[in-house]
Amino acid sequence: MNLLQVRKMMLFTAQRMVESEPELTALDQIVGDGDHGIGMKRGFASIIELLQDEKFQPTDIGDFFIKIGTKLMTSMGGASGAIFGTLFRTGGKSIVGTMELNSEVFAKFLNDGWQGVYQRGNAEPGDKTMVDALSAASKSANELTHLTLNEALPIIAKSAMEGAEKTKQMIAVFGRAKNLGDRTIGHMDPGAVSMAFILKYMNDYIHMQ
Amino acid sequence: MRKPKKLLNDPNNVRQEVMQGLVCAYNGKLTAIPDYCAVYGNHISNEQVVVISGGGSGHEPTFAGFIGEGGIDGCALGEVFTSPSPDQIIELTKATENGNGVLFLYGNYSGDGMNFDISAEILAEENIVTKTIRATDDIASAPLSKLSDRRGVAGIMFLYKIAGAASQFEKYNLENLYQVVAKANANVRTIGVALDGCALPQSNNFNFELDENEIEIGIGIHGEAGLRRQAMTSSDEVVKEMIDRLCDDLPFQTDDRVCVLINNLGALSNTELLVITRKVGIELNNRGIIIHDIAVGHFCTSLEMSGFSITLMKLDDELQHLYDLPCQTLGWRK
Repeated sequence: MNLLQVRKMMLFTAQRMVESEPELTALDQIVGDGDHGIGMKRGFASIIELLQDEKFQPTDIGDFFIKIGTKLMTSMGGASGAIFGTLFRTGGKSIVGTMELNSEVFAKFLNDGWQGVYQRGNAEPGDKTMVDALSAASKSANELTHLTLNEALPIIAKSAMEGAEKTKQMIAVFGRAKNLGDRTIGHMDPGAVSMAFILKYMNDYIHMQ
Repeated sequence: MRKPKKLLNDPNNVRQEVMQGLVCAYNGKLTAIPDYCAVYGNHISNEQVVVISGGGSGHEPTFAGFIGEGGIDGCALGEVFTSPSPDQIIELTKATENGNGVLFLYGNYSGDGMNFDISAEILAEENIVTKTIRATDDIASAPLSKLSDRRGVAGIMFLYKIAGAASQFEKYNLENLYQVVAKANANVRTIGVALDGCALPQSNNFNFELDENEIEIGIGIHGEAGLRRQAMTSSDEVVKEMIDRLCDDLPFQTDDRVCVLINNLGALSNTELLVITRKVGIELNNRGIIIHDIAVGHFCTSLEMSGFSITLMKLDDELQHLYDLPCQTLGWRK
């Protein structure tokens, strides 16, 4: 995918994320304080605004994702803004100068992004956070670099969703959900679902083309 | 199901309108940075360390309502129950810092921690020195063995009081300011009780609901679950348990001097709050704990949540001296 196609993919993804607000809010009312869906909606609504602005002309795909990350961080606030912003900013930094998004570049984006998220929030797989979806996606992407992005992305997105599903069985140790302890069992972490949704919508876009 | 009822304009514009309301209420004593939804007091001098806070909206007058003489200096306003973002904190810090360093003082939540830490890292690259204290007064949010996991709630008002007096009036340097506020943080304990939940401005549902005859002991200020739910009982019985838990935790003992905060979380009647205050006085007197000062009212709210919290801060000579200095803020004057 070239920069223009990546831009269109992110626009589609942002629109779907905005539409997912009620679903994410409902999840967060169970295990958090109810602001996750509203925060994601606010973040991705400003991404839509950014991408529809013709003056927004990033130089390459890495630069594009860095700016997406900065926009998420500044428009969302909250833990989600810091975490999802860090994912895009760190992932973007690792692929600066790239003009073509393929499965290898995407794996690097996910892995370095995951490292950045870990350094920011210290969450490990199993802690019932977005890292459970992100780590599953990263590991999956590492094994699929021999495929085209079109072939790899459905599998990566599916792995992320499975990672999110697994958070149902986990006890939260971070954020406001940790105070619920055992009461969080049986419910998916909203951040993990958001992470899985982002990859799912990217994949949906690619396969509509 | 009962629906939340709110008198607002645009639910998505609440924090901007809160900021404008603060500017109006401060009547010339507050400057806004509208593009970054941040405010600072016009009292800041070149000789003091600047004290900056921030947090989600929805807890008014916490956090920005404690800006002023003898209070904090600046505040970044997040969306309701959402921490502010780094650009807000960075712009506010640059607008107020004067070369003496900056103390970040805010409640211990993951979002606030990450966004303030990102800000501190970026500011350090520009040679602006910051130190950080996270309020951890809520005893119901984690056991004593995990003190650093505890949330910050109403007790932050006492930390603001100590920090404001030490920085503005006594001209503590950054290191000494950090030490005294850390000491105050170690001496503050809070516990809350809820009778009913609250709703985010954009939401049609309450974030939690309690049955008609049910209360929750140990509730957080965003509706985080507490220690347990139980059947409604008398005010005296609830207050006695809260004081027992607070006194066991620090501990607070005979002949300790304390400041007390009886805080309305939102929708409780002030009539009930005084009935509660009466019992707090009785319980502390029974234990031989000396009440140095007591504040009763709305200080750290959780939107329209019905409930209250009790905070105790143990004093030593340094903290008592700083506490007794005046403060002129929107949320608290003394």
